Amino acid sequence: MRLPLVLGGLRIRLVVAFALVAVVATVTTGALAFRAARTGLLQQGQDTVITQFRDAVDSLAPSLTFPPAQDDLQVFADQIAHAQRTTDWRVMVTYQGRTATSAPGDAFTELTPAMRASVRDRSATVFQRVSTAHGPALVVGLPVGIGTPDQDRGLPPPSGVAVFLTVPQNDAQGYVDSLVSAVERATVPALLVAVLLALLAARGVLRPVRALRGATRRIAEGHLETRLAVHGSDELADLSHTFNDTAAALESSVADLRRMEGRARRFAADVSHELRTPLAAMAAVTDVLDEDAAQLDRDTATAVRLISEETGKLVRLVDDLMEISRFDAGAASLHLDEVDLAESVLRTLAARGWQDTVGTELPPPDTARGIVDPRRLDVIVANLAGNALRHGELPVRVRMSVRAADAPGAAGASGADRVAVIEVTDSGPGIPQDVLPHVFDRFYKSDTSRTRTEGSGLGLSITAENVHLHGGTITAANSPAGGAVFTVTLPLRRDV
Amino acid sequence: MPRLLLIEDDPAVREGLLLALRRQGHEVAAVATGEEGLAGLRTFRPDVVVLDLMLPGMPGLDVCRRIRVDDQVPIIMATARGDDVDIVVGLEAGADDYVVKPVQARVLDARIRAVLRRVGGGPGGTEAPPRAEQHGDLTIDRAGLTVSRGGVPVPLAPSELRLLLLLSASPGRVFSRQQLLEAVWEHSYHGDSRLVDACVKRLRTKLGETATPGDQRCIQTVRGFGYQFRRFPDPARRAAG
Repeated sequence: MRLPLVLGGLRIRLVVAFALVAVVATVTTGALAFRAARTGLLQQGQDTVITQFRDAVDSLAPSLTFPPAQDDLQVFADQIAHAQRTTDWRVMVTYQGRTATSAPGDAFTELTPAMRASVRDRSATVFQRVSTAHGPALVVGLPVGIGTPDQDRGLPPPSGVAVFLTVPQNDAQGYVDSLVSAVERATVPALLVAVLLALLAARGVLRPVRALRGATRRIAEGHLETRLAVHGSDELADLSHTFNDTAAALESSVADLRRMEGRARRFAADVSHELRTPLAAMAAVTDVLDEDAAQLDRDTATAVRLISEETGKLVRLVDDLMEISRFDAGAASLHLDEVDLAESVLRTLAARGWQDTVGTELPPPDTARGIVDPRRLDVIVANLAGNALRHGELPVRVRMSVRAADAPGAAGASGADRVAVIEVTDSGPGIPQDVLPHVFDRFYKSDTSRTRTEGSGLGLSITAENVHLHGGTITAANSPAGGAVFTVTLPLRRDV
Repeated sequence: MPRLLLIEDDPAVREGLLLALRRQGHEVAAVATGEEGLAGLRTFRPDVVVLDLMLPGMPGLDVCRRIRVDDQVPIIMATARGDDVDIVVGLEAGADDYVVKPVQARVLDARIRAVLRRVGGGPGGTEAPPRAEQHGDLTIDRAGLTVSRGGVPVPLAPSELRLLLLLSASPGRVFSRQQLLEAVWEHSYHGDSRLVDACVKRLRTKLGETATPGDQRCIQTVRGFGYQFRRFPDPARRAAG
């Protein structure tokens, strides 16, 4: 499975990774800082309150008459509540079931029974943080000693009076809240910086990668001279170096191959050319040999005829080799003329004396006019019909029809809107399946059939080259009814 | 007996062709270089020249041009190359026909006889009007086989003359290149149509029509089909001067 490049791309992945790192780092740092700061702030606030509270109780306790009446307790509570300038202290004093609060009718719901018991039993300062509907609050409980303290800094003996204080802790919460929002505010710029860095890093990585991709594509298109400019000395630069080395190696091997192929082709052309001069002398006198063979004794006559015939074959072979060499060298060109293809086919067959052996199904005169190279068309039809006559069995048929081109311009750059379809069929055994893909190969001979034929072994290759030169197609197949079918399509141009 | 001048540098080919063409009933003089050939032209007075294009010393194309300066003897060039450009240049230099080596003696003989028939006169033979006919300022004498323009004789090689006679016999009729190949060169239908194009080009040059606008020329190109002889406005054929 492949993600689309935009989603799976290196850039997105880098951005996401950097952003994640930034967020995790800020949030973790923020959370840790928040915890430490929060604990510190709350601790400090609570210590201050407890100290102030104890001081107030200590300074006011000696003035409390003992045992205290309800009024005494009320006065005591009010005095403590107002010992500090802050007005949010709520105080409750208890003594043997009597209670007095600084705020009238205060139920003191924050005070838990456990804490009340703890103050009574342990005779020590007790505090507890509680959450109320109005926010967090600190509850402090303190037993009040009576008389003078013991010597050696001992506490005065407990009197049974307990003082409780409730202070809201909204201030501390405010600090904590601002801390949280500060962390939040820090996260956004950190995230932005992270994304920016990620984009920069991605650019640094992606630029060479993109260059590499473009260069690879150009190589694939056949521009083997493509090289990359190498910057720096990182892994990507190393990769670019490797790419350049590979491209250079590829270029030189391809150049070697081309040179070798060119040399081989030139060699074939040169050999054919060199064979021509001696063959020209031999071909000139074969008629003399043929004429006089009848007057020679039998063995000599056979030898003379053999030489004459084989000279003829050699001439055809060299002609075909020269023709193939011209195709290979790209020197083959079309000499175009507008002709009636149906007439051309009839003329081809008549010129070889096949008009009675090869059946035809041709379009009516002047319906299949087109611009072709008449000589090459003659070669195409003659080679296919000759091939059918040699390797197939009668009846051999040449069929031609004209149809609209599949798509305008589909037949090469010819711009032809019609194509001629020429079909040459025979009634022989057809072409073996393993031979079929090779019928247009040069000198291909299937070992099951004849090892030596009248043809040069280049006839069908030359036919195919001639068809391709016209921008047409050629296929070989077997008909379901038996027999080989060669199908040629030629674009029918009307303008040169 | 037709007299043949063979210019061929390769001794084996020369000897082979000499032997074979003599057996076909020709009187053959064979030389190895273009210079000898040009000399032989004056002394031997051949009816046909068979000229190898690949010659040491003076190239075959130059020999062809030098012959054409003042002689309209039919020239058949033999080329060992399959090089298309050579053929076109050779035809434009004035050759009437060409064969590609290796060539069998009977094929070359057929070409020689065809080109000799061209010298013999235009189509129609005896039916040709005894008097010269007039097409604009062009005078064609079918019996005397001469052509003149504005009173000035135009020397034409046999293929050129035969082509002009054929076309001018039916003004306005369009001939395809294949038809002309068969009628003038006696080639097969699929012969090299460049023979026709090169010959028309030479004819136009000799008639001084290369710069003439297309529809004013005697020989007009019919795009996509072939050539036709211009139908002159005055259909009456006046007797020449």
